[in-house]
Amino acid sequence: MTVTTLAQALNKALRDALDHDDSVVVFGEDVGTLGGVFRVTDGLTEAFGADRCFDTPLAESGIIGFAVGMAMGGFRPVVEMQFDAFAYPALEQIFSHVAKLRNRTRGVLSVPMVIRVPFGGGIGGVEHHCDSSEAFYAHTPGLKVVTPATVADAYGLLREAIDDPDPVVFLEPKRLYFSRADVELVRGAKIGQANMLRPGTDVTLIAYGPTVTPAMQAAAAAAEEGRDIEVIDLRSIVPFDDETVMASVRKTGRCVVVQEAPGFAGVAAEIAARIHERCFHHLAAPVLRVTGYDIPYPAPKFERWQLPNCDRILDAVDRLQWDDHPDTRWAVGA
Amino acid sequence: MTLVETADASLYQRFLPAEAPVQYLDPAGRLVASDARYARPDGQRLVAMYRNMLLGRRFDEQAAALTKQGRLAVYPSARGQEACQIAAAMCLRSEDWLFPTYRDSMALAARGIDPIEVLGMLAGDWHCCYDPGRHHTAPQCTPLATHLLHAAGLAHALARKSSGTAVVALCGDGATSEGDFHEALNFAAVFRAPVIFLIQNNGFAISVPITCQSAAPSLAHKGIGYGIGSEQVDGNDAVAMLAVMDAGREYVLAGNGPVIVEAHTYRISGHTNADDPSRYRSADEVSQWLARDPIHRLEIYLRAERLIDDEYVATVAAEAEDLAATIRTGMSRDRPVDPDELFRYVYAQPTTQLREQHQQATADFEEALR
Repeated sequence: MTVTTLAQALNKALRDALDHDDSVVVFGEDVGTLGGVFRVTDGLTEAFGADRCFDTPLAESGIIGFAVGMAMGGFRPVVEMQFDAFAYPALEQIFSHVAKLRNRTRGVLSVPMVIRVPFGGGIGGVEHHCDSSEAFYAHTPGLKVVTPATVADAYGLLREAIDDPDPVVFLEPKRLYFSRADVELVRGAKIGQANMLRPGTDVTLIAYGPTVTPAMQAAAAAAEEGRDIEVIDLRSIVPFDDETVMASVRKTGRCVVVQEAPGFAGVAAEIAARIHERCFHHLAAPVLRVTGYDIPYPAPKFERWQLPNCDRILDAVDRLQWDDHPDTRWAVGA
Repeated sequence: MTLVETADASLYQRFLPAEAPVQYLDPAGRLVASDARYARPDGQRLVAMYRNMLLGRRFDEQAAALTKQGRLAVYPSARGQEACQIAAAMCLRSEDWLFPTYRDSMALAARGIDPIEVLGMLAGDWHCCYDPGRHHTAPQCTPLATHLLHAAGLAHALARKSSGTAVVALCGDGATSEGDFHEALNFAAVFRAPVIFLIQNNGFAISVPITCQSAAPSLAHKGIGYGIGSEQVDGNDAVAMLAVMDAGREYVLAGNGPVIVEAHTYRISGHTNADDPSRYRSADEVSQWLARDPIHRLEIYLRAERLIDDEYVATVAAEAEDLAATIRTGMSRDRPVDPDELFRYVYAQPTTQLREQHQQATADFEEALR
């Protein structure tokens, strides 16, 4: 085993996929000679040639639409959107064509394509560089939406995404690109399967992508106070692993969901609703959410208040009605 | 598109279209003096074109009539654009690909797709009722210009396999204002993809005239900005349309990159059956274009050249009536849909959630039937 960053693990996944399958092509803005602004495609053009990894004109809709055509022609495109907010020009292609081509053609045509999107905040980026857009994709039937939180999953999930017969939006937490781990990069993680990162008995803490780190910090801090928190890393938002989540909540009876994106109509809201629909009688308290506020992503000096952190997660855990005098400050209308 | 003729041409000459639309037949169907940069299609092809145009028009009339009976939800007619659509279908070989819009049903029928399958989308049976893989024809695209990028990507994919196949992508004048139109031209140019972008400039985007759409000298002039060849054609001249589209296919397959062909034509009917064109254009204007009818012009020419006679015209007219009867019967037939299909083609394998919803829906539907 060697110490690897998450970006290097993604690079290894691309290399192995390019090596393993001749139909895989990697393209986007600056992914060729430069190796991508986060260096995820570093050295791929050199190693595999400009036919397999190449730069395109600077146009996101163009990149995605062109990839749809290449997929129709038998290729497996892995394309990069440089930052999440820069993918918005491509949303029509993604919503109306990438997600729907299989459906429109009764399965005759499909788009086995991976859209890699640097995801979330926490890097001090100026405006339009730190959005969290997972809800848009998760709300679009036909797409799979995946986000790794660990170096090992970055490798395993990207390999799965590239082999998947359906289009996968692959959200790469920006602030984890240069996180390190001493792990062997092997396949194992599956799309649609959540990962219980830490077992516990008192509370289920659900996180994905960039919020897994503060969730694990909160669990460690709570343990010192005698609360045993179970942490689930979703890994896959679509398909959603109801089984793992519900089994955990039935065991603990309490749950907090954490996301960076604004809370209203977000993924955490969907998860909370699903838990209430399925585990109502097992719950000792309503499921709470810790999310970004419902504001445009703020300037770098403000982002520490916008992003869910260990303290805000612990506050939510404290509000899970541990006695007969619940803290209802966060209830609607309170 | 003069690139192939003159090796020493300046960049402007290489990429600019002709100053006036290419024309072989005048509105009265007489052969006009032409600098004839394009080979005139042979008589047999022109006779086939005439037949396809006549069948196309009857198809279009029958489909429009079906909306009045409620058999089709809507029908966007292409009456008057027969020369453009049939040339688009006829310049292609079966292994080539066609990327049509919702208005290009005549091109689909001429491509050999069963007319009932062509009309299935507008009847509400499914989003695309023909097999796009078998016919090498993409689903009809409703969002404007988005499919032009798919055409560019597929053409690039095909060229990488050196398969010698070309792609024709269709759009209207309104679509040239969309961002994807420009991105598609640019991507196709940069990757030298073998695509012919045929713009059917029929004068209107629903009600908005071309003068509100573009200030360019012609839509074909947009090609030079991307470094791609371009041509403008009298879109109601069947001989010119087929000549230029045939040349376009050769041009893109010779490795010259993509090409734009702008066909100057006119949408004789409204945007769809639900439209009222009298709100935005005069009857006089329509009359002027009716006098340039593409089928009539070709018929006069073919008769003058003794390529067709009364007997042939009557035979094709009878064939067109048979086609109309086939369409009426096929579209009147009960074509039940299966609610199980709702869940079948979302992913390669349904997710757990979709399996659960499918089960629940099946129970709900059965309950409703009881």
